[in-house]
Amino acid sequence: MAKITLDNLAHSYLKQPQKDDDWALKELNHDWVDGEAYALLGSSGCGKSTLLNIISGLLQPSQGRILFDGRDVTHAPTAERNIAQVFQFPVVYDTMSVGENLAFPLKNRGADPKYIAERVNAIAAMIGMEDQLKRKARGLTADAKQKISLGRGMVREDVNALLFDEPLTVIDPHMKWELRTQLKQLHHDFGHTMIYVTHDQTEALTFADKVVVMYDGRVVQIGTPQELFERPAHTFVGFFIGSPGMNLFDAEIAGTIATVQGASVPLGGSYAPKTGHTQIGVRPEFVRLQAGGEGLPARILRVEDVGRHKIVRLDVGGTAANAILDEGTPVPAGADRVVFDPGAINVYADDWRVAPQGAQGDGPQGAQGDGPQGAQGDGPQGAQGDGPQGAQQGRAA
Amino acid sequence: MNKTVNQKAWFLVLPVLILVGFSAVIPLMTVVNYSVQDTFGNNVFFWAGLDWFRDMLESERMWNALGRQLVFSGIILAIEVPLGIFVALNMPKKGFWASFCLVLMSLPLLIPWNVVGTIWQIFGRVDIGLLGYTLAKLGISYNYTQDFIAAWATVIVMDVWHWTSLVALLAYAGLQSIPDAYYQAAKIDQASRWKVFRFIELPKMAGVLMIAILLRFMDSFMIYTEPFVVTGGGPGNATTFLSIDLVKMALGQFDLGPAAAFSLMYFLVILLISWVFYTVMTNLDKREGR
Amino acid sequence: MTDATTSAPGAASIPGDVSAAEPRAQSRRRFRPSGSVVVMTLYLVFLMLPIYWLINMSLKTNTEILGAFSLWPRDLTFANYVKILTDPSWYMGYVNSIIYVTLNTVISIAVALPAAYAFSRYSFMGDKHLFFWLLTNRMAPPAVFALPFFQLYSSVGLFDTHIAVALAHTLFNVPLAVWILEGFMRGVPREIDETAYLDGYSFPKFFVKIFMPLVASGVGVAAFFCFMFSWVELLLSRTLTSVDAKPIAATMTRTVSASGLDWGVLAAAGVLTIVPGALVIWFVRNYIAKGFALGRV
Repeated sequence: MAKITLDNLAHSYLKQPQKDDDWALKELNHDWVDGEAYALLGSSGCGKSTLLNIISGLLQPSQGRILFDGRDVTHAPTAERNIAQVFQFPVVYDTMSVGENLAFPLKNRGADPKYIAERVNAIAAMIGMEDQLKRKARGLTADAKQKISLGRGMVREDVNALLFDEPLTVIDPHMKWELRTQLKQLHHDFGHTMIYVTHDQTEALTFADKVVVMYDGRVVQIGTPQELFERPAHTFVGFFIGSPGMNLFDAEIAGTIATVQGASVPLGGSYAPKTGHTQIGVRPEFVRLQAGGEGLPARILRVEDVGRHKIVRLDVGGTAANAILDEGTPVPAGADRVVFDPGAINVYADDWRVAPQGAQGDGPQGAQGDGPQGAQGDGPQGAQGDGPQGAQQGRAA
Repeated sequence: MNKTVNQKAWFLVLPVLILVGFSAVIPLMTVVNYSVQDTFGNNVFFWAGLDWFRDMLESERMWNALGRQLVFSGIILAIEVPLGIFVALNMPKKGFWASFCLVLMSLPLLIPWNVVGTIWQIFGRVDIGLLGYTLAKLGISYNYTQDFIAAWATVIVMDVWHWTSLVALLAYAGLQSIPDAYYQAAKIDQASRWKVFRFIELPKMAGVLMIAILLRFMDSFMIYTEPFVVTGGGPGNATTFLSIDLVKMALGQFDLGPAAAFSLMYFLVILLISWVFYTVMTNLDKREGR
Repeated sequence: MTDATTSAPGAASIPGDVSAAEPRAQSRRRFRPSGSVVVMTLYLVFLMLPIYWLINMSLKTNTEILGAFSLWPRDLTFANYVKILTDPSWYMGYVNSIIYVTLNTVISIAVALPAAYAFSRYSFMGDKHLFFWLLTNRMAPPAVFALPFFQLYSSVGLFDTHIAVALAHTLFNVPLAVWILEGFMRGVPREIDETAYLDGYSFPKFFVKIFMPLVASGVGVAAFFCFMFSWVELLLSRTLTSVDAKPIAATMTRTVSASGLDWGVLAAAGVLTIVPGALVIWFVRNYIAKGFALGRV
């Protein structure tokens, strides 16, 4: 196991990248702390698989270095890095038996046969295939094949890191849940550094200690699920995490007041005047509905009851927005105004979050630069509401 | 995939049935007819029973031709299949050079067979051919019309030249269907190059390789034009393979009865060997799957 | 069906994933031994040398061919080509060959299409036997059929016509076309048929308008192979023709025995028989790899 350092790393698939857009992975500095479980979250094409393949050595980065515990491995072949990786589609060696498949990585490294047998049995028990060890891998279901792939990834104990590239895409929903729990358990028991690529926020938020959100080849935020929920560093994070995502309104910012569509919205802190495209973002959980009085005029389009809560689809002066109400809370009769919880409002300039004055926050660039802890300054407000984990899991269940 | 039972599908197959019936069944009936009759000319035939078959089975000529044929097919399979796989493994995967190689490699496959023969006939000549001339200059005595070894070598090299690309292209198509993740996983698992071939590439190529072997076996077993043009079956009968012998008998000497009996047995041998090939290979395949 | 999922081309199925296209080349390249270029160069040189020699000879005069041994024509001449292209007994050979090859390809594909559809979609009495019987015809040695064909077509008055050769070649091309097309058609999900019928398409309309475009690549591949095997075959086409439909390949063999010495013209004729094949390959070059898989990978 090792700490993995990305130093000034960037990658382009073109030989001579010219514009910003030519880079599949924009410049990145980051430490993957030894023994943590990370999720690499982002939509398709954001560069997350590229990053993973650079770490595993399947790709050579265009610039920068990768260090394992301080040792430069940028040009080291995959074999030397001693990592395990599980791919999106199951990779099994058809002509081998299940047991031979599991033993393959150990055998290739010349491990002791007794030790191999021991490990194979342990892993087979973990993936629930003890009784099929002698069976040929050909003809198994996609589920079973992917379980073998996972098992092959986990069979070595001394790996520097375990990388997962959307490994549960082909797995049945109920198996997904079970395997994810097993992975989490594995991480708990053995403390491997794990990096889990996914575009599914539920998977990311439930699996990882730290979630790394990528957008357009850039890491936009690294943080705990709660941080991503409360203080998205980029409008993309706000929009991508949570269902539905964060509401965004164009606004003019002056001190503690934001002006949205001519109406004043009080903010939780004081902000220096900002130029460029300024917006405020507020999660649906912190939007309240009322009839008359304060707030922005809004029209209710429809109400969706999703079990544990209700999602109210709104039209706020031409901008689509959502509010979430607890199951017990009725939609107020004749509601035509929305009010935001001032402490839960985030301010964005050109898509990056702006910290209120006086807070120890940092600019948007800081989010990419430092380690995960430094990514987010402490905002003026404490934690609000129930964390996203609860909300997400509830919805997923 | 489950197919629906539908007897009306016969109507869709009918055109094929009529056409192939016309061009296969009727001629085959003629052959069967000849094989059991004898004639003294003037289209007067009388029943000869299975005499022709007995004659042919006792004829050394046919057994020799069959022996030569088996040796020939065995040698060219033993060369072309491994060589084809080897070439396929070394082909560029994409881009201009991949197309370039594909086009050049397909070229021999689309040359009329007698032209293939002509090309090698010229190429091997000591006076005007590059190969023959070079060999002669090197002091190697080489004459494919006189020398047994030279004739066989020429015919085999010609077949390798002509058909290895087919095996290579089929194997290449099989290789192209392997997803990248397999190679990446193998790297992560630290598999050696040999193991990548043995456990990833070979199993994925198995299906197309089976087709390649079957095709090459069948076609080499029916080979006629190329050796006929180059060596004419000689020197002596050294390169007289089954088809050459049969044509000599049927169209050259008009020995219709023996030729017909020969034809039927020839056809049956091909069917039998192909069937054995196919069954053995699919069985191996199934056993692996268990 | 599990194999279908595993062979889905990896990350490429994520639309627009930047990592999809390129890492492939990189990762593969590292698996190739560095000698690949050497191997391929040697192999291609082996393939091209005899062809080069033929071209070389076709551009020489007979005196030069027989007189001085040279690696390239010292005395470049196109006289051999001019002779072939101006003499009807030569160039009609090409015309004849192209006519019966085209006829054969059209007939083979036309009858194979519905049959392949039936084999890929329905099960009916004797289907497996029928399919196997068709394939056995591909295994029939042309030498076996040469004489009976000669008698058959002579008796119905088709001897020395293009259609006779075209029909004779269907013997091995129709089974092949059925087999290739069946492979491609099996890859088209049956839901498409069912949806079309639900949408009120009749069978012929569905087949032409919806299904044919879906298996277009299969039709192309099958046509390519029909062309190929009909173009290269000599034994049957020579046996079934004498004057009017004589293929170019046969014209060549006659010239060898008759004049025997005119190497330049012979070489030029040989080069010209390679041209149609080379043209066809050039047009399908981007589909060759897939085509040779015959829809079976």
